[in-house]
Amino acid sequence: MSPTMSALRAGWSSGLIELRQSLTNAGDLLNHFLWPVLMLLVTYFVRDVSFGDTGFDLGTLVLPSILGMNSAMAMITMSQLLTMEREDGTLLRAKATPNGVAGYLTGKIVFVTLGLIVDLAIFLIPGLLIVPGLSIGSADAWLTLLWVLALGLIATLPIGAVLGSAFTSTRSQGLIMMPMMAMIASSGIFYPVSSLPDWVQVIAQIFPVYWLGLGMRSALLPDSAVAVEIGESWRHLETVAVLGAWAVLGLAIAPFVLRRMARRESGSTVAERREKALQRVG
Amino acid sequence: MRYGSTEVLRDVTLRVHHGEVVCLLGPNGAGKTTTLEILEGFRMRSAGRVEVLGTDPAHADERWRARIGVVLQSWRDHGRWRVRELLTHLGRYYAPYSSGEISRPWDADELIAAVGLTPHAQKKVRMLSGGQRRRLDVAIGLVGRPELLFLDEPTAGLDPVARREFHELVEGLAAQRHTTIVLTTHDLSEAEKLANRIMVLDGGRIIADGTAADLARRIAGEDQVRWTLEGRRHEHTTTESTRFVRELFERHGDGISDLEVRRASLEDTYLTLVRRAESGESTDAHAAESDNESYEVVR
Repeated sequence: MSPTMSALRAGWSSGLIELRQSLTNAGDLLNHFLWPVLMLLVTYFVRDVSFGDTGFDLGTLVLPSILGMNSAMAMITMSQLLTMEREDGTLLRAKATPNGVAGYLTGKIVFVTLGLIVDLAIFLIPGLLIVPGLSIGSADAWLTLLWVLALGLIATLPIGAVLGSAFTSTRSQGLIMMPMMAMIASSGIFYPVSSLPDWVQVIAQIFPVYWLGLGMRSALLPDSAVAVEIGESWRHLETVAVLGAWAVLGLAIAPFVLRRMARRESGSTVAERREKALQRVG
Repeated sequence: MRYGSTEVLRDVTLRVHHGEVVCLLGPNGAGKTTTLEILEGFRMRSAGRVEVLGTDPAHADERWRARIGVVLQSWRDHGRWRVRELLTHLGRYYAPYSSGEISRPWDADELIAAVGLTPHAQKKVRMLSGGQRRRLDVAIGLVGRPELLFLDEPTAGLDPVARREFHELVEGLAAQRHTTIVLTTHDLSEAEKLANRIMVLDGGRIIADGTAADLARRIAGEDQVRWTLEGRRHEHTTTESTRFVRELFERHGDGISDLEVRRASLEDTYLTLVRRAESGESTDAHAAESDNESYEVVR
């Protein structure tokens, strides 16, 4: 086996090990459940609110949208992990290991992706019991859900990694939530984007969150629900184009930024950050 | 090597041979860690020539990386992993780099036994004590059976028992002569105990290089001579205690009693060196050979 291959395999198994650790750890489990449960509550409360005269309940529209939003949150997870593990020296450890950085990144991708699938299931399974009127009987629906999810991850994870490299401390990392919230608010997750002002619609269509939401709705909603969308179309072609563009952008920048970040790591940079973190506490 | 416009290392010339244990000794801020990071390939130098295992670390590949072990000052990573799990995992990266003479990685259980962590093999890393964590860091540094091991302040923050155990670990490794070890410390007795050769680094330059005995001799440490003459206690400091004592007897003969000669300890030597270097006096211990750093760690 070539060294790179064996590093990628080691990375794969580290992703699985870390997922197991995460699912057997009380604090992490709380995180896995908190967000999905909050979202379930939201869905529960809007399940009977009808949206205009479309004949659809808001709950039905919101459930797939939330799936899309949660998928986009993997970007934040990726970014936080990179910042945190740069701070505690995990990345430097990878750098000190032959092909370790490639293995490390593989492990993170596996961990974040599988962790996301767990989180989506925690939300989706009870969600399906709360919300009526979804079309989940066909294989087509699940296939669409899968490719939207896959494409969404390829679009968002590299961007997450780039963001994670940009932040110097877990503390400044918290700032990322502000634009993320703004993005979510404008992306028609909790209320159909077609009823938001035009300029918000334009902004929403730049970012991946809207397209992930749209893709998930196209997978799980009955065809008649398309009437709620912009242009009364699921716009699969556009979804692929926009998410694809983000993917190309992310994949073009990420290797460069990550290499730069890894090159800068040394024992003294880790020690410096540690000291700063301690000063903040003390 | 420069940080911004401040030159932190200059005229550093060192050469380490296969199987040697070399210690970089110096006060805080002397440039020890910087030197080590350049050798480890974690930091770019601003000038000079560096060769480690026949390769310039600034342009080294993963094959070179597989032959090097690195133990940093403090590591807090992989806290959730279990000791054995982590060593097995990290070992996998080294498997493709086995050579005819060296089979990589080191078997996790044997390695855990070698660093004395067998009772803790199933423990989570964050549950280890400071000394145990340090042993794990060394084990991780060794998991690829490195030909060259870097240890940066390996005993900083350890209690005396853990420190003693750590010294035994390094001595055991050194005795096998498979692994060349370069370590830094600001603890003189540690350097004296572990190293075949000590380099004293201060203010970014090497101010002395040799065995512990060499250093004491070359720096002409000052011995203390005490004696009693006619009921009175005398004391004299000299670099040539033997001749001084002979002259003392020639002059006073039997009048001398309670003679005591205290040789300059390595600690005195070290302090003298650092003091001299800091006051800007030149020392005879090191002649600068180039304008730049030059390192060579040979196999």
